[in-house]
Amino acid sequence: MTTVDGPVLSARGLRVQFAPRGRRGRPARAVDGVDLDVFPGEIVALVGESGCGKTTLARTLLGLEKPTAGEVRYAGKPLSYSTSALKAYRRQVQLILQDPTGSLNPRHTVYEAVAEGPRIHGLVRGETERVASALSRAGLRPPERFFLSHPHELSGGQRQRVVIAGALALDPQVLIADEPVASLDASVRGEILALILRLRDELGLSAVVVTHDLGLAWNIADRVAVMYLGRIVESGPLEQVLKSPQHPYTQALLSVLPESDVDEPVVLAGEPPDPTRIPRGCRFHPRCQALASGAAEAAGIADRCRSEDLPLLSSARDVAQAACHLAAARAANRSSSAAAPAPPPAQ
Amino acid sequence: MSLLELRDLAVTYRSARGRIPAVRGVSLRLDEGESLGIAGESGCGKSSLALAILRLLPHTAKVTGEVRFSDEELLAATWGRMRAVRWAGASIVFQGAQHSLNAVHRIGAQIAEPILLHSKVTPTTAAKRATELLEQVGLPAARARAYPHELSGGQRQRVMIAMALACSPQLILADEPTTGLDVMIQAQVMRLIGDLVADHGIGLMLISHDLSVLAASCQRVAVMYAGTIVEEGPAQQVFDAPRHPYTEALAAAFPKVGDPASRLAPRGLGGDPPDPTELPTGCAFHPRCAAAVEECPSASVELWPAGDGRSAACVHVRDALSKAGG
Repeated sequence: MTTVDGPVLSARGLRVQFAPRGRRGRPARAVDGVDLDVFPGEIVALVGESGCGKTTLARTLLGLEKPTAGEVRYAGKPLSYSTSALKAYRRQVQLILQDPTGSLNPRHTVYEAVAEGPRIHGLVRGETERVASALSRAGLRPPERFFLSHPHELSGGQRQRVVIAGALALDPQVLIADEPVASLDASVRGEILALILRLRDELGLSAVVVTHDLGLAWNIADRVAVMYLGRIVESGPLEQVLKSPQHPYTQALLSVLPESDVDEPVVLAGEPPDPTRIPRGCRFHPRCQALASGAAEAAGIADRCRSEDLPLLSSARDVAQAACHLAAARAANRSSSAAAPAPPPAQ
Repeated sequence: MSLLELRDLAVTYRSARGRIPAVRGVSLRLDEGESLGIAGESGCGKSSLALAILRLLPHTAKVTGEVRFSDEELLAATWGRMRAVRWAGASIVFQGAQHSLNAVHRIGAQIAEPILLHSKVTPTTAAKRATELLEQVGLPAARARAYPHELSGGQRQRVMIAMALACSPQLILADEPTTGLDVMIQAQVMRLIGDLVADHGIGLMLISHDLSVLAASCQRVAVMYAGTIVEEGPAQQVFDAPRHPYTEALAAAFPKVGDPASRLAPRGLGGDPPDPTELPTGCAFHPRCAAAVEECPSASVELWPAGDGRSAACVHVRDALSKAGG
């Protein structure tokens, strides 16, 4: 069992590098130094564009990818990569994928789909009750009615519920959901998100939700970590980060939302850059609107943006942090002007 | 003058399961230089609607009603005339650009192809025009020699837009042009479409499941459910204050960051969009509707006026109307 206060799942200095393709290729640094904590009963959103490494990070947290450096800890202990240890670990930490149709075997009944996990883990006693309870916790009630259904007889939302029931059948501590509603119809999404929230409230589950959708994060997450090119560039309590983002990248992501209040959206040029060629200095600087507009120059830190890499963000839970030279300079300015005694008012 | 006018358009597919009514009587109007959004979920008939306008549907589809494009009835036009209207009069941008481009031809040649077919120009002029179009959509002219696989998803979608513009059409039908693209690329593509429509006075019909995108980029929006329009009106008003319960659910599916009402409170509808072969009786939305009343399963609904150039097909809107009328 986990200790009361400690994180249930954490990453420390996590790096995952993929071998180059061909002789001339360069290695891809998909995850390039990440510290992250997930506490019991907490929903953390991992946000970023495709290619930012968020899916690789999720897979590494699940033990599906072995880190090149750093470690994943579960309940305070480093993850062991022996077959039996991983099997035990995966009972605790379950994956939910984007496309329920692809996750379910079309020839298996709902009962078989949900019972598969418990069978692998040798939980044979009370199997029927276990399956029924998992299905009803996933909102498929009465569960017996769904036992003999096949995936094609179910709607998209119901299929995703079966996938979630399959995860719940093992009584996990953590769910890792990779774009859990991206392939569902718009009107059905809310129901599945509400289910994830309810599981957190009723069972105390933790969840890591990987998504590119900031609106979804706003809907369900307690904390958010924004990823760019393998690093977390901004993290903290969700409302604080999304309401007053400090990192130019987060600001840009928020400004292009259709319902953004920002007058002039910051549309970054180009595609997200390549993890085989991570820029020197701040990894965001070639696309940074604060550097392009001269704001960084005015603050006297433009050279540092181009040449000096930023330290990893700590996994601190209640603090909003941004890996940005400009944000750091502004914060230092604010605190020094606050610390300096105010000039006496003119008489 | 209206650029495009649909009157009671219906599309029915013949299949082994019987007749499938995909579009059931849609009437819409789009003026020159105007942008109209069509919102709805998978299976609501929004893509069939776009394909029916240019008669791109397979033979198994029966199309009835009227499609008037610049005062010409397209459903009665000859195939030769239709070939002239496609590309030069109205063009389509599909979703999933990787499947719409030919993998073994350079993109410059693919953009030049409709130009060569529709105007009497030399291949050199067409190629020159193709590079101009590429620059217009923000790609370097040198990319004309690239093959589709050498481009990213966002770049391929730009190529599709360049092709759609190739013959200077009056109308562009864009079917989920940004689905599957990242938020930042989506913003780039939407901004590009918006600029082009504004600069050239082109009419735009933008089809999407994301009502928030339509509200931000279109003047008017029509919401489709089960093959019919359930609500229509100025896009931002419809999104901000929906009158139909389905529009309300669709709007809530894309929560606004910063809105306290949706914080830790996802909202959705139970059930799924109906199977077109087994449509519910009365108002097709009633089995999923939280505001359904006794008469809904048998009510015959139509688009009732809902003020400010708006209309909605809900009995509650009708009741509000009769109350207001005395």
